[in-house]
Amino acid sequence: MTGGSTPGSMEPLRLALSRYLPSQDILIQPEELRPFESDGLTAYRQVPGLVVLPETEQQVQAILRTCHEFNVPVVARGHGTGLSGGALPHGQGVLLSLARLNSILFLDPLARTARVQPGVRNLAISDAAAASGLYYAPDPSSQIACSIGGNVAENSGGVHCLKYGLTVHNVLRVRMVTLEGEILELGSEALDSPGYDLLALVTGSEGLLGVVTEVTVRLLPRPVTARAILAAFDDVEKAGAAVARIIAQGIIPAGLEMMDGPAIRAAEAFVKAGYPVTAEALLICESDGTPEEVESEMGRLRALLDDSGALETRLSVNEAERLKFWAGRKAAFPAVGRLAPDYYCIDGTIPRRSLGQVLKRIYALSHEYGQEVCNVFHAGDGNLHPLILFDASKPGELEQTEAFAARILELCVEVGGTITGEHGVGVEKIDQMCVQFGVNELHAFHGIKSVFDPSGLLNPGKAIPLLHRCAELGRMHVHHNHVPHPELPRF
Amino acid sequence: MEHVLAEMQEKIRHAHAVGMSLRIVGGESKAFWVCPDAQEILTVSGYSGIVDYEPSELVVTVRAGTRLAELEALLSENGQMLPFEPPHFGPHATLGGTLACGLSGPRRFAVGSARDFVLGVRILDGLGNDLSFGGRVIKNVAGFDVSRLMVGSLGSLGLMTEASLKVLPKPVCEITLEWPLSESEAIGLTNRWAGMPLPVSATSFEGGRLRVRLSGSEAGVMSAASKLGGDKVDSGEEWWRSLREQTAPWFHTGKPLWRLSVNSCSPPLGLSGSVLVEWGGALRWVASDHLPAQLYKTAQDHGGHAQLFRGGDTAHPKGSPLPPVLRKINRKIKQQFDPKSIFNPGIPSWL
Ligand SMILES: Cc1cc2nc3c(=O)[nH]c(=O)nc-3n(C[C@H](O)[C@H](O)[C@H](O)COP(=O)(O)OP(=O)(O)OC[C@H]3O[C@@H](n4cnc5c(N)ncnc54)[C@H](O)[C@@H]3O)c2cc1C
Repeated sequence: MTGGSTPGSMEPLRLALSRYLPSQDILIQPEELRPFESDGLTAYRQVPGLVVLPETEQQVQAILRTCHEFNVPVVARGHGTGLSGGALPHGQGVLLSLARLNSILFLDPLARTARVQPGVRNLAISDAAAASGLYYAPDPSSQIACSIGGNVAENSGGVHCLKYGLTVHNVLRVRMVTLEGEILELGSEALDSPGYDLLALVTGSEGLLGVVTEVTVRLLPRPVTARAILAAFDDVEKAGAAVARIIAQGIIPAGLEMMDGPAIRAAEAFVKAGYPVTAEALLICESDGTPEEVESEMGRLRALLDDSGALETRLSVNEAERLKFWAGRKAAFPAVGRLAPDYYCIDGTIPRRSLGQVLKRIYALSHEYGQEVCNVFHAGDGNLHPLILFDASKPGELEQTEAFAARILELCVEVGGTITGEHGVGVEKIDQMCVQFGVNELHAFHGIKSVFDPSGLLNPGKAIPLLHRCAELGRMHVHHNHVPHPELPRF
Repeated sequence: MEHVLAEMQEKIRHAHAVGMSLRIVGGESKAFWVCPDAQEILTVSGYSGIVDYEPSELVVTVRAGTRLAELEALLSENGQMLPFEPPHFGPHATLGGTLACGLSGPRRFAVGSARDFVLGVRILDGLGNDLSFGGRVIKNVAGFDVSRLMVGSLGSLGLMTEASLKVLPKPVCEITLEWPLSESEAIGLTNRWAGMPLPVSATSFEGGRLRVRLSGSEAGVMSAASKLGGDKVDSGEEWWRSLREQTAPWFHTGKPLWRLSVNSCSPPLGLSGSVLVEWGGALRWVASDHLPAQLYKTAQDHGGHAQLFRGGDTAHPKGSPLPPVLRKINRKIKQQFDPKSIFNPGIPSWL
C-alpha cells in the first residue's frame, strides 16, 4: 500500500485549490506527503495525492467544494493518533489536515462551555479551563496529542468515562461542512435542539458525514480531591468478579482499570510504579469528589476488594502516590512496546460479567497462535485492549496477528459485545462489521451516508463495508435468526 | 412475544404496501402533547417485558411496550434507577413512548438526557425491516449511532421494539433546600454552583423561590448542605415528582404551556405570563398567550428553541422551525427510514 497518484495527475486540482490557499499550504512533493501516510495504525500506509493545510472554515468549505467539483476523495485528519486507520489517506485523493485550525475561540466559565476549533488538542481545553476550576472530562490516553475534531469523529473515551461519559455526552454543538460545502450547525447552546439528534449521529461517524470545523464542549468543575487504590489478584477471574461486585454495590468509581500479569510486569520494568510483579491481575480504582465523599467511597472499595480475594490493597496517601499508581497504567502501551518490535491493539467491548471468561479464552488463543498478549484496559466499561506482540518484519506475522485479532473480536461479539468500544472501525475492522451487523443495518448506514454525502467522496472505504464485501467474505451475520434476503443465492 | 412482533411487522408491511398511515401508540400518556392523526393505530403495549437485566452490568434491555412504572420498580428493587428521571405523565407510560418523546426530568441537569443513556435499539423501519443498532455494552462505536437518533424522533423514523439502557445506582441520600430569591438571582446562583464541585442534582425556580436538590453519599450531601445554607424542605421528594409529572398547580393555569430550552445563563426572558425555571436555568416553562413567532424568536435570541407543550393542536404540534439546510437533512433522514411516510403523519413539527 504505497504508490499514490501518478505524477502530474493532481496538478489541475492543485491549481484550483491555489485560488483559496497559499501555495505553501498545499503539499504535493513526495517528501512532504510522506509524514501523512498513516495514522496511529502504522500497519496501513498510503501516500495521499496531496495534502492541504487550511487555517479557516471558509478555506475548508472551498476545498470541499472544489473536491466535489473534481470528484476527488477527501480524508479529514486531526492529529493522526487514530488506531483504526480512519485517517489513512486515499492515493488519488486529498488529505485535509485540520491541525492549523487550533484556536480556543471562547471559554465561558459561567455557562461552563468552551467553543474551540477542531485541531485543538484534547488536553489544551482542560489546560485553558483550569484557571476557572473547570476541565473537559473525556480523557483518552492520547490526550496530549489527539484533536477534539478527531475525538468527535471517533466518539473517544478515556479512563474517566465510566463516571463522566464519552465524547457524545460532553459535546453541546458541532459545526460541520459537508462535502458539497454546506455548513451545518448541530446542537446548540441549550441542552436540546429541535430536529433529529444529528449531533449524536455525527459523533463517532469517523469523518464520513462531514468535516468538523468547530466544537462546543461542556466543562465540568474539577473535583476537589481524588484518591486511587491498587488491588492485586492472583487470578484474572477474581479481578473480573471484583469489578462486577463494585458496580453491583452501587459504586461508580471515577476510574476502574485493569492490567494482567504480562502488562503489570512490562509496566513495572518500564516506569517502576511499585506494582506487585508476581500478581496476575491488578485493578486501579479511583474515587473523586469532596474529601468526605472520597473518604467514604475509599473505605467501601477497600472492603469490597479485600473481600473479593485481593492479595494486597494499597491506598494512595497523597497526590504524588496517586499519580505514581497511574503512571504504570498510562505508560502501559509504550511499556508493552518494548517487549517486541510491534504490537497490535484491539478494542472490543464485552459485558463485564464475561471479563474473566473472555480473558481466559484470549490466553487460550494466544497459546494456539503462539503469540504473546498483554491486557490493559477499561475494566469498568468492559472495554478490552488486548495487545498482541509480533514482528512485522517476519513474513506472514502481520497477517497471522490480524487473524488472531479477528478471532478476539468475534469472541467479543459472541458474548454480546462489540468489535470497537472507542477506537472506531476505520479500515482495520471493516470486515468485522459484517459480523456485527446484518445487511439491513448496513443498508441503513449507507442510507445515512448518502443523506450527508451523496457522492460518497468523504473518507471512502472506511467504517461501513460495502454489502458485496461482506457477501464475498462469507461473513454475513444472521440476525435474530432471520437470514436477510432469503431469496438470494448464498456464496 | 415473537408473535406480537410478527403481527406488528405484518401491519407495517401492509401499511407500506398500500400506503396507509399508522399512529404508533404506547400508553397514550403523552397524547396531550403529540397525537398524530392517522388511518390506523399500531399498539405497542402488547410487546412488553424485560429481556435482560443484570444489575452489575448497569444495563437493562427492555421491550418497548413495557410500562415505565414496572421498569422503574424493578430497578428500584436493585437500588438502581433510570438516571434521566423521565416524566411518566400517567400510569400507562411505556418505555418506547418515553424514548420516542425524548423527555427527561429534573435530574437531566446533572447526569444527562434520555439519549445519553440509550445504548442500543431494535426497530421496525417503514418497510417492516427488523433492525438492531448499538448494543448492550456501555461503549460501542461500531456503525453510526442510530440508537440515539431514534430518541426524540417521535416515532417518525420507526417503531422501537426494544431498547438497552444504561442505568445508575440510586443516590444513598437526597435533600432539598430552598431560598427566597428573584429569578435573576436564582439563575445566577445555580449557574455558579454548577461550576463548583457540589452534588446538585436538580433545581427549580418559581414564585420567588429557588429549590435545589442535593444527591449523593450522606457525607457529601451533608457537607454541601452546610456550605450552601438555605432552608430544608421536608416534602422535597414530592416536589420533584410534581415537577417531573407536571402535577404541581403551577402547570395548570389554563394558558398554553411553552417549553423553552435555552443557554442556562440567559437572564429572565422578559415574557409576560408566569415562568418556571429548571435545569439550572437551561429549561424555562412559560405559561402565556404569546404568539409562537415571538417565543421562537426569544428562544433563538437565547441560544435555544421553543415548543408548545400543552394546550395546542396535538396532531400538528408547534415548535421552532429548523434552518433550511437542517430541515432538508431531516427530511432525507425520514425518507431513508420511512420512505412512504407511514409513521405518525404530521409530526414532528420540524419536518
Ligand atoms: C497511545 C494512544 C492511546 C490512545 N488512547 C485512547 C483512549 O484512551 N481512548 C480513545 O478513545 N482513543 C484512544 N486513542 C485513539 C485516538 O487517539 C483517538 O481516536 C483520537 O480521537 C483521534 O484523534 P486525532 O486528532 O488523532 O484523529 P485522527 O487520527 O487524525 O483521525 C481520526 C478519525 O477522525 C477523522 N477526523 C479527524 N478530524 C476530523 C474533523 N475535524 N472532522 C471530521 N473528521 C475528522 C479522520 O478522518 C479519522 O477517521 C489512542 C491512541 C494512541 C496512539
